[in-house]
Formats: sequence, structure tokens, C-alpha cells
Amino acid sequence: MLAKLRNLATVTAVAAAVTLLAACATNSSTATPAAAASGAPGTGGTKIGFIFVGPKDDYGYNQAAYEGSQAVAKAFPAMEVLTAENVPEDDNAARVMEGMIRKGAKIIFATSYGHKDPALKVAAAHPDVVVLQQGNIVDGAVPPNFGTYFGTVYEPVYLAGIVAGKTTKSNKLGYVYAFPISQTLDNINAFQLGAASVNPAAKTYVVNTSSWCDPAKQAEAAKSLLSQGVDVISQHQDCTATVIRATEAAGAYTVGYHADASSLAPKGWLTGSQWNWGPLYTKMTQKIMDGGFTGSPYNANFRVGLKTGDNPFVQSAYGPSVSEDAKKLATDAMARISKDGSPFLGPVTDQAGAVKIPAGTVPDYKTIESIDYFVTGVVGKIPSS
Amino acid sequence: MIVIEVLAGGVRGGTAILYAALGETLAERAGIINLGTEGSMLAGALTAYAITAETGSPWAGVVTGALAGALLAAVHVFMVVARGANQLATGLVVLFLGGGLTAMFGAAYVGRSITPFRPYAIPLLSDIPGLGPVLFDHDPLVYLSYLLAPALWWLLFRSRWGLIVRGAGEHPAALSAYGHSPKLVRYLAVIGGGLLTGIGGAHLSTAYANAWFENMTTGRGFIAVALVIFAAWHPLRAVGGAYLFGAALALSPALQARGYGFNQFVLDALPYLVTIAALIVLGRRRINAAPEDLSRVFDLTPSR
Repeated sequence: MLAKLRNLATVTAVAAAVTLLAACATNSSTATPAAAASGAPGTGGTKIGFIFVGPKDDYGYNQAAYEGSQAVAKAFPAMEVLTAENVPEDDNAARVMEGMIRKGAKIIFATSYGHKDPALKVAAAHPDVVVLQQGNIVDGAVPPNFGTYFGTVYEPVYLAGIVAGKTTKSNKLGYVYAFPISQTLDNINAFQLGAASVNPAAKTYVVNTSSWCDPAKQAEAAKSLLSQGVDVISQHQDCTATVIRATEAAGAYTVGYHADASSLAPKGWLTGSQWNWGPLYTKMTQKIMDGGFTGSPYNANFRVGLKTGDNPFVQSAYGPSVSEDAKKLATDAMARISKDGSPFLGPVTDQAGAVKIPAGTVPDYKTIESIDYFVTGVVGKIPSS
Repeated sequence: MIVIEVLAGGVRGGTAILYAALGETLAERAGIINLGTEGSMLAGALTAYAITAETGSPWAGVVTGALAGALLAAVHVFMVVARGANQLATGLVVLFLGGGLTAMFGAAYVGRSITPFRPYAIPLLSDIPGLGPVLFDHDPLVYLSYLLAPALWWLLFRSRWGLIVRGAGEHPAALSAYGHSPKLVRYLAVIGGGLLTGIGGAHLSTAYANAWFENMTTGRGFIAVALVIFAAWHPLRAVGGAYLFGAALALSPALQARGYGFNQFVLDALPYLVTIAALIVLGRRRINAAPEDLSRVFDLTPSR
């Protein structure tokens, strides 16, 4: 009896000690992650989670991210890749991510701009899980198990702008977009800057739809632009088919976004910008699984571009209507940017003509991603409340 | 001309809502409110798109889309009439059923291309200044709706058939006394309404947006239900309401494409504000115009 009791006491004591030790271990591993690689955030999982704001086959943003997730699945056959489509940009996203973590995921990719807040919340609740957020930016200190990442989307958009500016006959370009977030403003500005660099008379007319995917509104937006004489239309929407088909039907030119949609516009397709997330996703996943995430470049607002290589955003193939002249101008511009240029090489002026980026200045990513104005030559106003 | 562009956009964008509102008018005139209208629209939009993609014929798409809308409406009317379920709750169930089923089966069609309905300018009529581009330069489904609204009005208010439908909505007991079955009438009216609503969805996917995406109706089915009240259960007034909503939607891009800046959020809310304002202004008088047996739904007393 007594022996039994003593045994129980021993067991209890050992259990308590183990718990304490485990707690200490957890603490120390978060304090010095490099020292305890096995306990580093993001390691030890059996699954990798991806959440998308839209359907995985939308000819757009979500499809590209989904294809990236499948590249990860291929690169890490031992890991199971979990995907969730149509995840709203609110607390539901946190719930979906929590569910993936319960299933054994230690790495989560939250692939929509608006997933940032729920992603930060989940990261705070699970220090052992690495949450990566695509496209948004964290102000101030980045948590040790969090990071944002993105390509310099505006670089290929600038090149496409050059092609558009060279192709247009009416000198009116159109841009259909969802919301005036900085990413979109950068794209519109880069498009106009590219066009104006080869055709000073080119102007970009903008229409927003206040929705990432409302095909009926997009149809109306395309109609309005085309009726104004716009003959090249580009867009920043999640679903792009409606605008492309309307543009093609009207005999106007299309500059694509998100994916190569030249099959939707066999005549009017010029070029576009498309995603290739696979290599970057795979590199980031490898880094996390090696235990080296915290303190790495990915543990920050990570941005890649033509200068660094690995840009997940690349220029699409040219369509039949693009002149050799336009192709050469785009190639030259690409070489310039790859060396030490930028689409936003100063002087850049806003719609009122005020100088925003001084002549000769190459702004850094942070500056570009906080642009909150349209440049000279964009026709339209940023929606305000 | 911005006015013509907005009005033409109003007709184009309002047509899907008009079909749904006409369908809902028919159902409510027979005494059944169908909040599942949005679900029927989605079913119509997807089925029409899928069948058009498979057969190459948008007309085949519209016919099957109408049938799909009718099928969901049939679920609603069966639950309500045969099983005595609450109309409002059942309608919401049907709505989510339609949303879920179309999301599931529609995934395969998101990337597919179709031969859509193309606008066809009616000779001579489309040359009339102002009126021509607004009314007579559209796709065939728009023209069909021009015929349908007056036809439904005539059927409801000038034909013996309409008297029976309205009888089912006002005094089903009296209708029985005359040897008609209110239940049968309600079945036919709600399923017929579903047919029309399905055409509305088909217009959205095969003519207007030329694409299928999950939940692409974005609330237009609910607007149609509100519109029925706004129009006092009258098919011809629904025409005006639907075009008003469409025009409010078309106003924002038309202004933006010309470089005008406005408070974006007000512009986006405008269609809904217009509907609410209309309901407030017309509310009391119009509610009194409700089919008598229909108003019992809102009293939560069992339907007879």
C-alpha cells in the first residue's frame, strides 16, 4: 500500500518535472530558435495548409496560388498539402487555419491580401506554426513565426504598359480594378508609366468594381470603357474572363493579369503578367522545414523582383498583334530594371503634377507599396469614403 | 451620351432581376413567397452555362437553365404545400441548397468558354434616337422579357387563368368551393416562377457576364424579392423597378470611365438605397396590396 503510494508520488513528481522541463524547453526554443532547430516554428508538421479567398480555378489569382501549392506538394512528397477555397477575409479564415493546424499543419500560407489580420491572430495563438501571408505588409515588428511575401507585380505590368502604349490607336487605355489597395494602385501607375514612356499621349482610364469577382459589374465596366474609345483593357480582378471576352468581342486589345488567358482572346491578346509561385513557395517551405525560418529574410516583409530574381510574377507570352518594335522596347526596359532601375524611377508626378518621387531616385519596395495616388496620365479618382 | 449609356446598362443589367421578379410575382400572387429565388437564379446561371458549353447552343442552355430554376422552386413548393413547412425558412434552405450545389458542380465550368448570346440590333427600331440604343440593341433574352412582362400582366389580370392564380393567393377556400385545387395552382405558379427565375440566371451567365463563377448573382435574387413588394405584385411595375436597379449599377462605371470621382461607397450602395427608399415611401400602401393569404405568412399563422 505504502509502496504503491510512494510509486504514485514518484510518478507524479516525474510527470511534473517533465512538464516543467517541456515548458522550459518550449520557452528556450522560442527565445533562441536557431539553437533548438527541432523545436523551431514550422518544423515537425505532417501537413502544409493553403487558404485561398476564391475558387482554385478562377483563371486568376487563386488559380495561380493553387498551382503554387501543388508545386509544393510535388516538391515535398512526404507532406500532405491541405487547401481551402473561398475562404473569406474575416474570422472564418482564422477558423479554417485553426482547423488545418488541428490536422497537423505547421506551415500555413494565407494567400489573400485581406487574410492578414486573421493570419496574425492565428500566428499569435500558435507560436509553433509559421504563418505566411501573401501580398500584405506588416507595420512594425514582425512576429518570429510570421512573414509576408510578394513579388514586384508592377514590373511586368510596366512592361505590358509599354506594349499597350505602343499598340493603342486611340491613346486611351482602360483598367478595371476591384479596390484601391496599394498593390492595385502600383499596377495602374506602372501600367500608365510604361505606356507614357513610349507614347506620351497615352492615358489610362480606370473603373473600379468594389468586388474581387462580380462578373456582371465587370461586364458593365468593360462596356463603359469601350464606349469611351478605349482600345486596350487590362484589369486587376480575381476573375478575369468576363472583361477579356467583352474586350475581344469588341475588337479591342487585352493585357492579361494573373494567368495566360490568350486562349480567351486569340486576336486581341497583347501580353500580360502571370504568376509562377511554385519556386518561391518551395524555397520558403524548405527554409521553414530546415528550422531556419525565424530571423531569415522570409521572417519579414519579403519582396523579390527582376533585380533579385525569383520573381513569382513574370511577363506572359506575346500575342499576334504585338509589333517587333514594341517587343524590343519592352526587352530594353526589362534590362534597365534588372540592372538598377525601377518602373518608378523618378521623376514621378501625381495627377495634380506634384513631384512624388524626385528625378533620378529609385524608390525602395516599401515606398512603392505605400503609394496612395495615381500618377499623371491616369484618368479617374481614387474612391474615397 | 452618358444618359443613354446608363439607361441601356439599366436594361441590360436589370433583365436578370426582371425575370426573377416576374417569377416571384407569379409565385406570390398564388400565395407562396419564395426566398430561394437567389438559389433558383444560381441554378439557372450554372445549368445554362454548362449546357451551353457542352452543346454549343445558348438556347439549349436557357431552356435547361429554366428547368433547373424550376426544379429548385419545386423543392420549395413541395416542402411548403405538401409538408406544411414554414415558407420563409424553407426558402432560405432552398437558397443555400442552390448556392452549395452550384458551387460544387460549377467548379468544373469556371474556366470553360461558351458561345454566348450576342446583342442583336433590331433594324429600324435601333435607329430611333435615344430610344433605339436604350431598348433595341440587346441580346434576345432582353427582347423576350419585353414580351414576357406584358404577357404575365395579361395572364394575371385579364385571363380566367389569372383569376384562379390570384384566387389561390387571396382566398384559397373560396377557390376550393369553386372546384379548383389551390394546392395544384400553387404548385404550378411556384414552379412556373422558378422557370422564369432560371431564365434570369441564364441571362446573367450566358448573355450579360459571359462567364460562370460561384455565387455570381451576388444578391440579385434578393433584390428581385424586394422588387416584387416595391412593385406591389404587379408585373409591369416590376419592369421599372428592375431597370432602375440596373441603371443604378451602370451609373458607377459610366461615371468612372469619364474620369468623374464620386464617393464610391455611396455609388455602390445606391441600388440598395433606392430599393429601401422605395419600400419606405411606398411601404404601407403597397403592403396592403399584398395577396391576402400571402400576408398570413408574415403573421406566422399556418397557411390554409
